[in-house]
Amino acid sequence: MIELVGIPSILVYFVTFAGIFGLLTLGLNLQWGSTGLFNIGIAGFFAVGAYASAILTTDASESYLGGAGLPFIVGMVGAMLVSGVVALIIGLITLRLRADYLAISTIGIAEILRLVLKNEGWLTNGVRGIAGIDKPWADLLGAGWAQIVFLAVVLTALGLVYVAFERAHRSPWGRVLRAIRENEATAQASGKNVVRFRMEAFVLGSMIMGLAGGLYAHFFGFISPEAFEPELATFLIWVMLIAGGSGNNRGAILGAFVVWMIWSGTELLTNRLPADMATQAGALRLLLIGVLLQVILLTRPEGILGGRKRRRQPAPTPDD
Amino acid sequence: MNAGWLCGAELNGKKFSAMEIVQLLIYGIVLGSIITLGAIGLSLIYGIIRFANFAHGDMMMAGAYIALFFVVTVGLPMFVAFPLAMAGGALLAVTIDQLLYRRLRRTSPVILLISSFGVALVLRSLIQLIWGPSIHVYEQGIKLPIRFWGLGIKPDQLYILGGSVALVAALHLFLKYTRIGKAMRALSDNSALAQASGIDTERVIIWTWVIGASLTAAAGIFLAIDTQLHPVMGWRLLLPLFAAAILGGIGKPYGAIAGGMAIGIAQEMSTLVITPAYKPAVAFALMVIILLVRPAGLLGGGTK
Repeated sequence: MIELVGIPSILVYFVTFAGIFGLLTLGLNLQWGSTGLFNIGIAGFFAVGAYASAILTTDASESYLGGAGLPFIVGMVGAMLVSGVVALIIGLITLRLRADYLAISTIGIAEILRLVLKNEGWLTNGVRGIAGIDKPWADLLGAGWAQIVFLAVVLTALGLVYVAFERAHRSPWGRVLRAIRENEATAQASGKNVVRFRMEAFVLGSMIMGLAGGLYAHFFGFISPEAFEPELATFLIWVMLIAGGSGNNRGAILGAFVVWMIWSGTELLTNRLPADMATQAGALRLLLIGVLLQVILLTRPEGILGGRKRRRQPAPTPDD
Repeated sequence: MNAGWLCGAELNGKKFSAMEIVQLLIYGIVLGSIITLGAIGLSLIYGIIRFANFAHGDMMMAGAYIALFFVVTVGLPMFVAFPLAMAGGALLAVTIDQLLYRRLRRTSPVILLISSFGVALVLRSLIQLIWGPSIHVYEQGIKLPIRFWGLGIKPDQLYILGGSVALVAALHLFLKYTRIGKAMRALSDNSALAQASGIDTERVIIWTWVIGASLTAAAGIFLAIDTQLHPVMGWRLLLPLFAAAILGGIGKPYGAIAGGMAIGIAQEMSTLVITPAYKPAVAFALMVIILLVRPAGLLGGGTK
């Protein structure tokens, strides 16, 4: 048994978290970068995955649904399936809508999911949250090794999703998605079932977000509705994707690591604040990230690695 | 369970239940007039700048806090602080437009959308840095509602109603009779034709922000008078604002009045049958139904 302390512990924590963010960003990249689906409800799918896995894997409990005590891997599969089903239902209602309507709909859905997590105590234990979500093989390995093994699990998941998405990107399926992104009418005219392709990208991307949520739950061991406020779980992911370069899977992962490093770096900065300012640290960090996004959009909108060529065409009128 | 309670109330005392419904209707009209003012701005900006402003709720919140600055920090009476805060909200919006949106307008509208999402967060965290995360009010103390026929209305709610009607009337006169108002309507109806007839688009855009943002600031102040000031008060209202604008046919400021009232009343009345915690879901459900059934909005027959 080993105990992780000091620098190695911080490093393992940092990379594990960055890997989880990387998965979220890859999921968003499939939806937005490849297909042009504007999802600002990431926090919702992230939360659904986290709760699904928590309910499946924790020990039986009186205060919320579940405690099925199933193995970790079942939790992950469950997280992906439940997120996928939620995405399918949402997609059936909203995927025919224009980008801005889809965006406002996804905000609404994330908000409603958050209200459900908060108010349906029988299901989620409400604001008290769910505790005691174990890392895989935690009692076998001991705390230190469990962290390292978990890091390996996260990085494996990230690697597998990356390889799968890269292959999908180059496949005929990926080409159709890009065609839809660039010009929906042309894709439709060449006989592609646009709504079906968008649905596939939306559901698959959301399943990866659900997987990230499941991993997050086991990483922290405790989840509550507070962890899924849109400021962090949605906004930060968008900044990561745009910073890395939307449309580019490597850019998505790079963006996740770089922005997560900046975000963690701002914590070192705000830790130096005088005590009476300390409660405001979160606001100051969000302010910095918000300004960072604007700077990227103004100076390098294609992101670090670039990727998708930006359409330069006149804004469509609401009439068409 | 809820349905049973409703039936019981009607069986035991129909009069009480009817009064309760009227009371909720009054609250709905007050909320509706607040949503209307915000949704008009949202709709104008969408119609003229072709831009779904995701920072709109937070601009409302910023307007309310600017009024807080004038009322509490400077010590002005509300009727002086109110127009000053409207002007402050307009100035804020024009500044953001010139700094960010003007440069991004040439790219795709979705980039503008992402930018406004970021602006929403910047505004919220700035306000929280200045005034802190806790609740504020313009005046301390409890005001008793005026009672008549068993119904209660607070004097503040009457001010909100009167103020909203006056502002909407002023907007109507502005759109109908001033040169800029006509140019705004022309640009909203057919931007290519309006530009061809020599309308200075950039000037109209600035005026759109001035009008839209000052109405939005007023909505924020009214919301803060009706409830209290809090950094997420505007973000929580973004969904009802969009629902109202879409219900009325987005881009049509007059439609936003009908949409705002419908959403406000529906949200308050919904508490008869569902728990108040799910009030925001009502606005969302109405919005989705409208988007599926009549995407052009309730009042939008033809889109031309």
